[in-house]
Amino acid sequence: MSGILVLAEHRRGEARPGSLEAIGAAEALKADLGPLAILIIAAEPQKYVEPFAVGAVDEIITVANPAAKEFEPHVYEAVLSRVIEERKPSLILLPHSIDSWGLAPGLAIALDAGFATDVFGIRREAGEIVATRAGYQEKVWVELDFPQKQQVILTLRSGAFRAPTELASPKITALEVEGVKPRSSHLEWRDPPPSGGIDIPGSKFILSIGRGIGDEANIEQFAELAESLGATLGCSRPIADNGWLPKARQVGQSGQLAAKCSLYIAMGISGAVQHQWGMKHVETIVAVNKDPEASIFGIAAYGIVGDMLEIADELRKQVAAAHAEAG
Amino acid sequence: MKIIVPVKRVASLDDEFEMREDGRDVEPDFCEFDLNEFDEYSIEAAVQIKEANPDAGVEVIALTIGPEDADEVLRKALAKGADRAIRIWQDALEGSDQIAIARIIAKVVEREQPSLVLCGAQSSDHAHAETGMAVAGLVHWPHAAVITHLDYRPGAQSALVERELEGGLVERLELETPAVVTIQLGINKPRYASLRSIKQANAKPLDVLTAEELGLSEAEIGVPGSLSRVRRMFPPDRRRSEMIEGTPAQQAARLLEIIKETLH
Ligand SMILES: Cc1cc2nc3c(=O)[nH]c(=O)nc-3n(C[C@H](O)[C@H](O)[C@H](O)COP(=O)(O)OP(=O)(O)OC[C@H]3O[C@@H](n4cnc5c(N)ncnc54)[C@H](O)[C@@H]3O)c2cc1C
Ligand SMILES: Nc1ncnc2c1ncn2[C@@H]1O[C@H](COP(=O)(O)O)[C@@H](O)[C@H]1O
Repeated sequence: MSGILVLAEHRRGEARPGSLEAIGAAEALKADLGPLAILIIAAEPQKYVEPFAVGAVDEIITVANPAAKEFEPHVYEAVLSRVIEERKPSLILLPHSIDSWGLAPGLAIALDAGFATDVFGIRREAGEIVATRAGYQEKVWVELDFPQKQQVILTLRSGAFRAPTELASPKITALEVEGVKPRSSHLEWRDPPPSGGIDIPGSKFILSIGRGIGDEANIEQFAELAESLGATLGCSRPIADNGWLPKARQVGQSGQLAAKCSLYIAMGISGAVQHQWGMKHVETIVAVNKDPEASIFGIAAYGIVGDMLEIADELRKQVAAAHAEAG
Repeated sequence: MKIIVPVKRVASLDDEFEMREDGRDVEPDFCEFDLNEFDEYSIEAAVQIKEANPDAGVEVIALTIGPEDADEVLRKALAKGADRAIRIWQDALEGSDQIAIARIIAKVVEREQPSLVLCGAQSSDHAHAETGMAVAGLVHWPHAAVITHLDYRPGAQSALVERELEGGLVERLELETPAVVTIQLGINKPRYASLRSIKQANAKPLDVLTAEELGLSEAEIGVPGSLSRVRRMFPPDRRRSEMIEGTPAQQAARLLEIIKETLH
């Protein structure tokens, strides 16, 4: 067993960024583990060769299969197992993406490989791979190893590793994998509903509310507060799931990316990894939370331990007083 | 027709907590326990299929792997409409990772032959997001993860499902059944259990078995059946926010200053 294999993710004709980050993660391990190969499974894999020919990639393996025009977990799993049996890489890296959630556990079972998900740290210790992930709502870190496993599969947290930008000229190998069969069929894509003018990605200043708000009746006052501060109102997923605010206000992995935000005030938001994803470009985060151990305080520049309703009340009073003074 | 809903008793940490002596987990005295939030939605999804097809004889089975304390999440599932419950445990399961848990769920699936297995997309304590799809791999069933819509008629050869992907993009697909799917938050509005249904839940059957009784060997369960091992768990030594102290009025005043400083 030697070498590293990274799965190239793509969707609707585009290469996905998580696989590029996995290439970045593999770079530091190559000296110990051997060459780095990328596997592209697609109906027309050639069109993804260029975006993945970057960084420390030594080889691009392509498998053409008409059933893999889009991700199909059963086809992917069968192809990956066969390529892995042939190439015997000691480490297999996938992004911790929704597609991988449907794919990686079955692959680990099929290969009887060491397995960990949502990993943000990888190192080698005494010849063994040690992976770090978080536990208990991000409040602790967990180091895992994989005793007696010849191969290890890791899915990597988005944003944890840097995607390389330098171009590479890897060897290209086309493999044929016969007899794999889909068990689901793609019917259609549905894009998220139109935003109705709500612009989380373009906002410089966002005031975001989470489940700490407690009750739908409190939403209105935060909408007013955001407006009086000149902030765009954002929210965490449960608030959108409840129908308390439109989905276009949801910040996070299955919502919007606050791409241009310099100030993000998170109130009553615990800081789940999927919410953090939406805040990864924010310059300054302020968190208001009644739990002093909330993981949001691990990424915020400023923190207030307190009741968001009380803080909002005070903000409103002081803003009103300042307005009155300005006349 | 059966639907199996595996449910997990998840832990959340108290404000202050200590690590267990061996440093591989948190001391359980510092934890509060509840039914995994995602499982509220998968129970509801199963019960809705049952209610929409009153003549199909749908039986909803809640299943958990855990010691006796885990009965409380089964009772909750029963109160929310599951028909019966199964709990599997023996001491040798201590130290299982999610794959070893999946091996037990898979054995129950083989034994009960349901048409659907509805797992949560992830657990709210450790967010592994692996158990459901590992079960599918073990029983070689069709599968789909992170489902926000499920349309299945008992007896049908396939289900219509929607997966919610990054950025809120939705993929609609047809999935062969019997199948294992994992349920995403927001797929439905989980019901509250009424006092009456909580009482009735106590009368519903709850079977307790060991993994051995299911036919699993020692090599398949607990630590030997796992694909990973926790070496160490620890509170990270990370940069923390600069805390704004004082009364709410002082904290709000400082926050207004920060807004001015950052935006101008
Ligand atoms: C595939 C997938 C995709 C997801 N995508 C997203 C996404 O895009 N965006 C997203 O947000 N989530 C997403 N989630 C959900 C995510 O995992 C969390 O469940 C969610 O972010 C939690 O929202 P929250 O912080 O508002 O709620 P909670 O985690 O319940 O936190 C509430 C917080 O409020 C605090 N609090 C309570 N009362 C008060 C009070 N009075 N004053 C101050 N603080 C208080 C509590 O201490 C707690 O920290 C996704 C999950 C999955 C599985
Ligand atoms: N101990 C357990 N008993 C029964 N089901 C479980 C258990 N642990 C995890 N699950 C199932 O797996 C889901 C969570 O997946 P994971 O994040 O991999 O733990 C839960 O919503 C349950 O459906």
